[in-house]
Amino acid sequence: MFIIDCPWCGERDQSEFSYGGEAHIVRPVEPEALSDNEWADYLFMRKNTKGRYLEQWVHSAGCRRWFNAVRDNVTYEISATYKPGDSAPAAEHAEGTS
Amino acid sequence: MAKQGPGSGTKYSVWSLARNALSHHENWTQAWRSPEPRPEYDVIIVGGGGHGLATAYYLAKVHGVTNVAVVEKGWIGGGNTGRNTTIVRSNYLWDEAAHLYEKSLKLWEGLSQDLNYNVMFSQRGVMNLGHNLQDMRDIYRRSAANRLNGIDSEVLTPADLKRMVPIMNTSKDSRYPVLGASYQPRGGVARHDAVAWGFARGADSYGVDIIQNCEVTGIRRDNGRVTGVETSRGFIKSRKVGVVAAGHSSVIANMAEIRMPVESHPLQALVSEPVKPVLHTVVMSNAVHGYVSQSDKGELVIGAGIDAYTGYGQRGSSEIIEGNIAAICELFPIFSRVRMLRQWGGIVDVTPDACPILSKTDVKGLYFNCGWGTGGFKATPGSGWAFAHTIAQDRPHELNEAFALNRFVSGALIDEHGAAGVAH
Amino acid sequence: MSGRRLDSGGRIDRDRPISFTFNGKSLTGYAGDTLASALLANGVSIVGRSFKYHRPRGVLAAGAEEPNAIVQLFEGDRTVPNPKATQVELVEGLVASSVNCWPSVDYDIGAINGLVSKALPAGFYYKTFMWPRTKWESYEKIIRAAAGLGKVPDQPDPDYYEKVNAHTDVLVVGSGPAGLAAALSASRAGARVLLVDESSEFGGSLLGSTELINEQPAATWIEAAVAELASNPDVQMLDRTTAFGYYDHNFLNLAQRVTDHLDTDSAGSLPRERLWRVRAAQVVIATGALERPLVFGNNDRPGVMLASAVSTYVNRYGVSPGSEIVVFTNNDSAYRVALDLNAAGVSVKALVDSRARGAGAPVDEIKAAGIDLITSSVVSSVRGARGVKAVDVHALTDDGTVSGSARRIDCDVVAMSGGWSPVVHLHAQSGGRPRYDDVSASFVPGVAVQSQICAGACNGDFLLHECLSEGAAAGVRAAAASGYDASSSVEAEARVATNTETALEPLWLVPAPKEPGRGPKQFLDYQNDTTAADIRLAVREGFRSIEHVKRYTLLGFGTDQGKLGNINGMAIAAKALGQTIEETGTTTFRPAYTPVTFGTWAGRGVGEFFDPVRKTPMHPWHEERGAEFEDVGQWKRPWFYPEDGEDMHAAVARECLATRNAIGVVDASTLGKIDVRGRDAGAFLDRIYTNMFSSLKPGHCRYGLMLHEDGMVMDDGVSARIADDHYYMTTTTGGAAHVLGWMEQWLQTEWPEMEVYLTSVTDQWATISLSGPKARALCEELSEDIDYGDDAFPFMTFRQGRVAGAPARVFRISFSGERSYEINVPANYGLAVWQHILDAGEKYGITPYGTETMHVLRAEKGFIIVGQDTDGSVTPIDLGMNWVVSKKKDFLGKRSLFRSDTVREDRKQLVGLLTEHDHEVLPEGAQLVEVPSKVTPVPMVGHVTSSYFSPSLNRSIALALVKDGRRMKGESVFAPLIDGRLMKATIVDSVFYDPKGDRQNV
Repeated sequence: MFIIDCPWCGERDQSEFSYGGEAHIVRPVEPEALSDNEWADYLFMRKNTKGRYLEQWVHSAGCRRWFNAVRDNVTYEISATYKPGDSAPAAEHAEGTS
Repeated sequence: MAKQGPGSGTKYSVWSLARNALSHHENWTQAWRSPEPRPEYDVIIVGGGGHGLATAYYLAKVHGVTNVAVVEKGWIGGGNTGRNTTIVRSNYLWDEAAHLYEKSLKLWEGLSQDLNYNVMFSQRGVMNLGHNLQDMRDIYRRSAANRLNGIDSEVLTPADLKRMVPIMNTSKDSRYPVLGASYQPRGGVARHDAVAWGFARGADSYGVDIIQNCEVTGIRRDNGRVTGVETSRGFIKSRKVGVVAAGHSSVIANMAEIRMPVESHPLQALVSEPVKPVLHTVVMSNAVHGYVSQSDKGELVIGAGIDAYTGYGQRGSSEIIEGNIAAICELFPIFSRVRMLRQWGGIVDVTPDACPILSKTDVKGLYFNCGWGTGGFKATPGSGWAFAHTIAQDRPHELNEAFALNRFVSGALIDEHGAAGVAH
Repeated sequence: MSGRRLDSGGRIDRDRPISFTFNGKSLTGYAGDTLASALLANGVSIVGRSFKYHRPRGVLAAGAEEPNAIVQLFEGDRTVPNPKATQVELVEGLVASSVNCWPSVDYDIGAINGLVSKALPAGFYYKTFMWPRTKWESYEKIIRAAAGLGKVPDQPDPDYYEKVNAHTDVLVVGSGPAGLAAALSASRAGARVLLVDESSEFGGSLLGSTELINEQPAATWIEAAVAELASNPDVQMLDRTTAFGYYDHNFLNLAQRVTDHLDTDSAGSLPRERLWRVRAAQVVIATGALERPLVFGNNDRPGVMLASAVSTYVNRYGVSPGSEIVVFTNNDSAYRVALDLNAAGVSVKALVDSRARGAGAPVDEIKAAGIDLITSSVVSSVRGARGVKAVDVHALTDDGTVSGSARRIDCDVVAMSGGWSPVVHLHAQSGGRPRYDDVSASFVPGVAVQSQICAGACNGDFLLHECLSEGAAAGVRAAAASGYDASSSVEAEARVATNTETALEPLWLVPAPKEPGRGPKQFLDYQNDTTAADIRLAVREGFRSIEHVKRYTLLGFGTDQGKLGNINGMAIAAKALGQTIEETGTTTFRPAYTPVTFGTWAGRGVGEFFDPVRKTPMHPWHEERGAEFEDVGQWKRPWFYPEDGEDMHAAVARECLATRNAIGVVDASTLGKIDVRGRDAGAFLDRIYTNMFSSLKPGHCRYGLMLHEDGMVMDDGVSARIADDHYYMTTTTGGAAHVLGWMEQWLQTEWPEMEVYLTSVTDQWATISLSGPKARALCEELSEDIDYGDDAFPFMTFRQGRVAGAPARVFRISFSGERSYEINVPANYGLAVWQHILDAGEKYGITPYGTETMHVLRAEKGFIIVGQDTDGSVTPIDLGMNWVVSKKKDFLGKRSLFRSDTVREDRKQLVGLLTEHDHEVLPEGAQLVEVPSKVTPVPMVGHVTSSYFSPSLNRSIALALVKDGRRMKGESVFAPLIDGRLMKATIVDSVFYDPKGDRQNV
């Protein structure tokens, strides 16, 4: 069970949170201008990278706010959390600190 | 050319056991070789799990393609093949899925003999429980569809269940009472390791090279077609590469710069200490998130749902186990004093529609077999059989046509989890 | 082997005899005994049978690593399968029996397997039982019956279990010398310490040791240490508690055994066990080491024991397992055992040391004690079928083999020591990779991945002075790392003899005159009967990974999880593979370290606490009225209200007709309700719903549909505009939480610029829906301040006022097709208003109805239920609901409606079905075909989603999703039912009742 640092509430147990999948997928502004392929890419295709992963969480049993986390999905270490709209910490910076 | 096929070396039988006992079992030959990779193969299969090994076996057996290598970064059968709860069934809702899994089940039914390797396929029946009215509608729907597709399926009442599994809590007063179940008598369990080893031995007997400790690090392409794979043991040339890497499918796809609609999640399972036979069928409950069977050794083999987060760590949260075991104790109150022996996790690649991808890709000569999610084990022979066809003929078999990547573009999903299918 | 109680010594309480029963025999032990020590004291040598060959087995160890002494404990509903006798504390009246043997442990039919064992090598079952093809299940039945150990109780568990969450600065696992020292120094630095030990007493290996600390017996030092820790309010100590799982982010699970060692009175109302869920800033792993067996012929005979176990039985329990003992070792530690035995008056016939020089200093002590020290020699095999009678001792040649004739030494116990295996389980579970240490010939902890420190024997440092000093240092480090100033911490005073050791010489497979497989069996995994020959066979057959070898031979798959035998097996495999042990590696260490009761995992989360039950404010009324309930999500909803002797069919018919002809009332409080406020509320809902909501006028209601981004129907409901910046949304009962979460996600992550606030108000409002031609008249009686006239209060509008005196929002919307008023009052008024309405409505024939009638009424009108008539593959177009899909704006899921598959005209579409025979009701879920056939597969064209007998129409009706259904209207389809019947039906429009909607105005 992880400890997750909610940007609004601080560190809490994972049981207070829900997972929200890959972060930084932006909904196309004009979906109708997209080809079926491009729409499928937004809809279904995922990076699913092994290692450092930028992902969304929501503090569902807490403040109910969404945020992003940088988590290594092999070691499960969470090196940073940040608010939606903020950009992700750079990779080098995010690792090794904290 | 020497005789090929399983048992063409040492045929396994009670007689060969007796004969070898006389020589203190010192003359058994290798079940499969561990050769050095050759510079080039007609087909390279990336991933030495059950599906990859089955693909190689059927490439050789059905299509006569024997110049094949299976490259595995660890040890064969070490991924989900050796980590799952070994349930086999074919009672899927949608025609496309039902036909593919039923093909697989038919292969299971003759697999031990075909491979000359006892995979211990035990057709002890599989029950999917329903706990509310909508569950029961879905059960009827699936069962009716199964029967029209030629798949054995029955709908059981709580009274049937009480008779068939007397230890199950069928009380109306439980939190989510059992209202009934679908039942597939031909479903059951098999010995997971034996499936990998049997296919490996079978493939090897046709001359397939099984290369362990060989990690693929790149997919070499030229002008939109595949030319080989970079590995930790050097470059291996091939004009056809079939990727069967389960939880690591995205990792391999990234090497070829293609995108996959899959996410890799931890899936956990556990076994109890061995106890005397008490449960003679497989019981699955989607609503309370648990499924259980009893192994021949006597262990209760129990599986849960996936952890919600992506994970390549082959482990999940212990909270999942807490909820999972609570569900099992709720269904089987007499298991409360049994003890958990061991828990573990695998990495499952989950698609949006809980159905697999068995497909060509935009890269010529590169094929993907992935997305089996939590339910790949049962499909092992059928998946290998269909994927071998796809690779050998460079076009899908009609059984796996619907499982192409293109369905995510067209929208023709085969929505097994949205539609009552228990996806395990 | 004839064990006996020694006249003195041990930590048992000889003033408190305890009677117990083993295999039906009444025996006596003492308080402080384990079942194993008491059995040994009573001379019981055979306690169990092995899994495969059913060989007789005796107690081998004294702790969690015991592979043989597996018992069925207690009887009846409290019986426990498979505990290890070495861990069972003796309690008055305890009943235990052997497992896996029939008819008795002494005469076991299954031992016949031993006779044909030659033909049953590792993995033999993969090679046979394949003929005839259909017969595997028959073989399997026999195999299954023979397998398994203990029996599951046949009644539900009478005990209960609890969970405890704990946070601590320093969790110390293990209370041996290292653990106690760590707990002392960490607590002296001010850290909050949680000290846990699996045993009934703190002290670990010291409890069975004769070594001195501060020139005193170790027990004196333990007492002082425990007293100091107990007096510190920041220290919590848990005995009988096993840290069994080390998970991510320094989260560990502990299992505490609370009552099994207590008599019924003392147990009182305590839980049987507790699951401790511990988050620790730092973990000190002081789990010690386990002694290794040596692998020689017949090393499984009752009487062959771990040397350390023999000394534990002598020193801690005052029991000698035998009367004539041979010690066999490859290291120094067993010398201490021989000396302890000698001191306790137990005859040590010989000490056989495989090393040429033997130990250093202790050699003289051994000689002084008159023990026959035989160096450069090995015990190659044991004689005696049902217990040790003698050993064959062979001298080693220079090349490490044996030759010549054996010297036979009569004895009844072999105390063996093959060196020590650090308990690296928790370290490995935490993500660490154990590394092989050549000096100790063992796997020791590697680099720590999480916040943990290994100390003492679990670090590969086995000597007492090392354990004490490492433990103390670890405590200081852990306290400092969790933020305490540890510089002034005083380490516990613990002076001990500083020993030096002569190096152990690894002896993985004891040389024997015959190759493995040709001579007596040399066991590695006692429980699974895995032998050295099996390992070699696996390698010979091409199993090259240690994981393959393990799986093929079942090495380490027993309930002891290979704690004893794995390392020997790995070393033998390594040699056969021509690799180093390091290259071969270990198998994975997984939780649980020792088995954990299912009940402990489940805790209180079973029965009524399995999942919360949600009830509406009117629930007590429904119960009193005798409603049958239906589970909808977590909610309990009245399904129907049977009156005297009615079945569901009769009750529903009555409820339906009452509603169509007079007035019906349904508790709709479970509907999801969400308050949507803010400047951009309308624009936001335009994006969420397929249709427009920004254009809705305040005071008006509109039906809305939501899609997932893949274009498939997700939820629906009627929402009302309270004010320009305020909407009141309703959702399906089951979808409420998901819809709220869904909207929150879009707002927060995608459209943060929108000013919208969402609040769940499901529980704040009780909803009473009145339907039927008399509804208006009744409503008018209930309110003084609401004009129910059609002009003042038209369809799809709402009014605020008072109903039965309570503040209310009344919506004129309808899910039944009748004139309906949906009265929402604050939840606390719900029951009173409901009661008032039922009383006032009596004269109109008001009839409460449940979900079943609600479903029939809506199906008559062709209204869908999301999740029943849709399934995640259905678009609004498929439902024929184009009217609700806006062409003017974008909304979630819109783009997906224009993909090549979703624009197909022959998709499955919602239609109505009328069966050929009026009274035939299609089963819900029935599949539809155009041409029935016995030849499978039969092409299916769709399925029945909803189906009822309609009392109003006096015939059955059904809704179905049918391929190209709208075009097939008027055509026939067939439903081949599971019970063999075939029903014929005609495809019709999905609205069966009042298609023009006139009833709204009746």
